[in-house]
This record gives sequence, structure tokens and C-alpha cells, in this order.
Amino acid sequence: MRKTPVTPVQVTGTVLTTRRVDAYHALTVVAPGIAERFRPGHFVAVAVGGARTSSLTRRVFFVHDVKPDYGGTVEFVFTVRGPGTEWLAERRARDTLDLVGPLGRPFPLPRDPVGCVLAGGEYGSAALFPLADALQRRGCRVDFVLGAASADRVFGALRARRMGETTTLTTEDGSVGMRGKVTDVLPGVIADVRADAVYACGPMAMLRGVTAVAVEFDIPVQVAVEERMACGTGVCMTCVLPVIGDDGVTRMVRSCVEGPVFRGERVRFDDVGTIPFDALGAPGGGSRHAG
Amino acid sequence: MPVDMRTYLGHVELVNPITTAAGCAASGAELAQFFDLGRIGALTTRSITMAPRAGRPTPRMAETPSGMLNAVGLQGPGVDAFLERELPWLAQRSVRTVVSIGGGTVAEYTALARRLTDAPGVTAVEVNLSCPNIEDRGRVFARDGAASAEVIASVRSVMRYDVPVVAKLSPDVPDIVSVARACVDGGADALSMINNPLGMSIDTETMRPALAAVTGGLSGPAVRPLAVRCVWQVHAALPSVPIIGMGGVLTGRDAFELILAGACVVAVGTALFHDPYACIRILRELEELLAARGFNRLADAVGLAHRPPGASTRHRTDLEESSL
Repeated sequence: MRKTPVTPVQVTGTVLTTRRVDAYHALTVVAPGIAERFRPGHFVAVAVGGARTSSLTRRVFFVHDVKPDYGGTVEFVFTVRGPGTEWLAERRARDTLDLVGPLGRPFPLPRDPVGCVLAGGEYGSAALFPLADALQRRGCRVDFVLGAASADRVFGALRARRMGETTTLTTEDGSVGMRGKVTDVLPGVIADVRADAVYACGPMAMLRGVTAVAVEFDIPVQVAVEERMACGTGVCMTCVLPVIGDDGVTRMVRSCVEGPVFRGERVRFDDVGTIPFDALGAPGGGSRHAG
Repeated sequence: MPVDMRTYLGHVELVNPITTAAGCAASGAELAQFFDLGRIGALTTRSITMAPRAGRPTPRMAETPSGMLNAVGLQGPGVDAFLERELPWLAQRSVRTVVSIGGGTVAEYTALARRLTDAPGVTAVEVNLSCPNIEDRGRVFARDGAASAEVIASVRSVMRYDVPVVAKLSPDVPDIVSVARACVDGGADALSMINNPLGMSIDTETMRPALAAVTGGLSGPAVRPLAVRCVWQVHAALPSVPIIGMGGVLTGRDAFELILAGACVVAVGTALFHDPYACIRILRELEELLAARGFNRLADAVGLAHRPPGASTRHRTDLEESSL
């Protein structure tokens, strides 16, 4: 039972601005309680459908930005995937939204000013900008590698170019940057900038590839996973994935409270979506009792 | 005048009738970030099993209209870790704790009860009967009155006399009243209903079942009418048995509906995923609703919908013994 470093709050916040960013939507909500507690890597759980909604599960999004306006605002980025996010995309300024946050364990930051490569897939890169900010304030060098299927799905290329020493973009259709995946260019970037650490956020397959590259270079890698959740607060037990603990034992841990940020090499990416036979409490094995 | 919200689970007094439903509050610490757990009547733990359980693979959850399907598979730390960490944490904070237990055999339930009987901080034991019976081709105990009664009788025989044993019933049975009666005959001090009915959802994009486990428990307001029916039928047949009602309670009105049907305790489950403050909000709404209807005591409203048509709402005077 590890304690969450900050206490989350529930806020009914007013939508300040809505904007389209290529294929994505971004909402800025006045939520001082969340903004003041925020650290890079935190996420928010948003109720969708209004007061009398028939959607009981919350939608979770990484916080893209916090600003001090109106006591504190948070911005998150999303893509329309179903009725819940469709409803969110229809929100206008002055509508209210029910947010719980900040949730999760944030990115750990290096003590020394080291070189960090920040790798983002699709709109997972949204979580990397507040991180880049925090790293730069500590004197770290930041280089970006952002990728997606096509140019309109690469989130934050402009901002990355402004913030990063270098920014490398990849698209699978070659519409912007290099043709290919983030993991195709990552080894080159790490070698060129002599990176000391990698941070990544994006789809599971990409995180798996990024982790493999970082392990190859023998440098630490922190990944923020985007698992589907119902609550975001640790009670629903649906967002689990197999992670190796300090004691070497694999446990099915909740990505909302034990994550969403994990050391990449601890996540058993090949076994996500299964219960590995050697996980603690796995059926037919791994248990300490005969029952 | 404030409404007297006290209620009884067997002989155990609870300060109010709102509890969390089993498996919806994790270890308790998660919700304690949002409100003081001492403010609710009791906290019901996830179903504790002998060995640690990793649960089912993901996806474990699928949203459905006014509800959700879940197939978590009783993921939990096992009784050793529960007694070492989670129960003492709750006991230190004086949180009244209903411990839910789950097993695959009568012997496993009994062994769990034996482990709990000396543990401080156990307010009541809720027996999750919707577990597959290893000795009966994996069919759940709850579907059969005799199998349920055997578990309850065995747990009751080893549990401390002053800790009520609650039988949690499934609505997936032809006759819930007969299972309820068998459990009470087996020694259950109280009943709780309903556990999740089984449901299923198919992802029309992938054209595969939405859950890794194929089927899952349906919860949320979608099942509330089913819960009201079960509580009504069991309270009508066994009016003196305390009932913990649960199934899609989102508001004080929903809790009141189950109370009118015959529940004296109401558990909040899926609502906690949507609103971490659901328990205290529902408690406040229920208290306001009772006050607005002119009730001085919660106990006066329990099972009130069973009164004959045209009868006064005050059919129980203070001189009469309450059925509670």
C-alpha cells in the first residue's frame, strides 16, 4: 500500500477554452485545486455526459499544461474514440466539467543536470511538455522524438521544436519528418546527443520498443502508460498490468495508483493483457499457499 | 430535528446505513484520500481469499448503458497480507469493517473464517457465495440453497459469536427466496443482495467479446430494478432478517428505494468509480429525503413499501418493537 504523494481532489471546473490541435482536441478547465498540486506525469479523471449521465466510468487524460490564470487551470488533450470523448469534444467555454485529480505517481526527476530524450507517440507527447519544463528548470538538456501514423496525429511538434535542443519527428506514412516509427530513429538520437535517460509516453507497443532501445544503451527509461481505467483512483482494479517489483516478484499492479509512470524495464510488455504464470497469485502457480 | 440514522446488522449497531460494496473500495486507503471512512456506516472489503490472487487478464471492464461489466476475478493480496496490513490499517482508524470472504470449497471459507475470528477490527463477515465451487464442476455456491447453507453453517460455526455472518446472494437464480431461506436456516445473521448478475458485451469493431474473460458482472443503475425486486421478495418472505441492499445506488433516492423495499443497510458500489465522494453524498441525500418525508428514524422507513395500500406511513408507533 504505497501512498500517493499528493492528495487528489474533485473539482467542478469551468471550461475556459477549447481548441482543435490537428487530429486532437484540447480543453482548458479552471481547476485550482488540481493545478496547484500538479507534477509532470499526473493525470485527471473526467466524468462525461453531464449530471444525469448514463456513462459511469471516467475518462482519464494526462495533463498537458497547467497555468496560474483564474487561480489555476489544467489543459488535457484527447481524441474522439467513443460517445464519451465525443461529448467532451462538444464542450464549449463556460460549460462545467467534473474532474478528479491530480492522480497517479509523477515522473521521477534526475538529481543532476543530465541529457534526457523525451519520446512521445500520438498524443502521449502531451504529458512530456510539463516534464520537459521541469527538466530544463533543473538544467537538463531535453531532446524530443515524436511520432505518429501521420502528420496530423503528431502532437506538439511546434512546441517541441521551441523547447528541445533537437526535435526528431517520425510518421508511418512519411507525411512529416522521417518515415517510420519513433523506435527507428531513437537509437540514433540517443547516440548523437549522448543521452543519459529516456522518458516516454504513448501507446503500449511504442513504450515497449522505446524500453528495448534504452535497455540496449543501458540507460534508465521511465514510461507513462495509457491504460483504460474506470475510476483513476485505485478502486476499480481494471487498469492492471504485470510489473516486476523491487523484490523480483511480478505483480498485477494498477496503472492509476502504482503508475502510470513505471521504470520501463520493470513492465512486462510482452505479457500485458495476460496474467503471467509466475505473477503473484496467478492461477495454478505463484501462490504462497496451498489453499 | 436530525433523523436518527442508526441501523443494526444483526445485533451490531452502525451509525448510519451506508457502506461500500465488496470489491469497490480496494483496501480503503484509496477512498480515505477523499473522506473520513469513519463517517460511513461500514466499509466492506474486497473478497479476501486464502492465497493472493492475480485476477483476470485485461480488458477487465466494459462500459454499458447506465452500468458496466467487470471481470476482475477477485484480485487481492490473500488473507495473510490482509491481516498483516489492510485490516490493521482500518482498525487503527476505527473504521467499522465488513470483511468479505471468497473461496472455492467449504473448507476454504471455513479456514478464512477461522483466520478472521481472532482478528481485531472485524465488524461482520460477508460471505461471497458467487465463487465457483471447485467440488461442484465450478458452479457457483450461490446458485444452490444447499451449497450456500453448507458454507454459511460452516463459517457461522467457527466465527466469533458476536460477529454477524452475512450471506451475499446472487440474482442469477430461479428463486432467490429459497436460497435466502436456506442461508438463514444455515445460520446467516443477515443477507446482502444483489451480487452482479452475469452479462456480456461484444466489441463490434474487433467483433470479439469486450472482456478478456468473455462474461462479467453487470453493475450500476442498469441492475437497480433487479436489486429492488430481490430485496422486496426476500424481505416479504423473511421480514425479521436484516438485509444489506445493493445494486446501482447512485443517489439518496436510490438508497431510499432499497430501504423501502426492506433493506436496513445500503451498499454503494459502482457509484464510487464515478464519484469518490458517493458514500457521503448519498448519506446526506438520504438523510434529507427522510427528513423531508417526516421520518424521525431511518428504522421507520425500512420495508415501508410492503404496507397494504391505503395504510398510514406511520404503521409502526414508538410503542411497538421494531422488527430490527
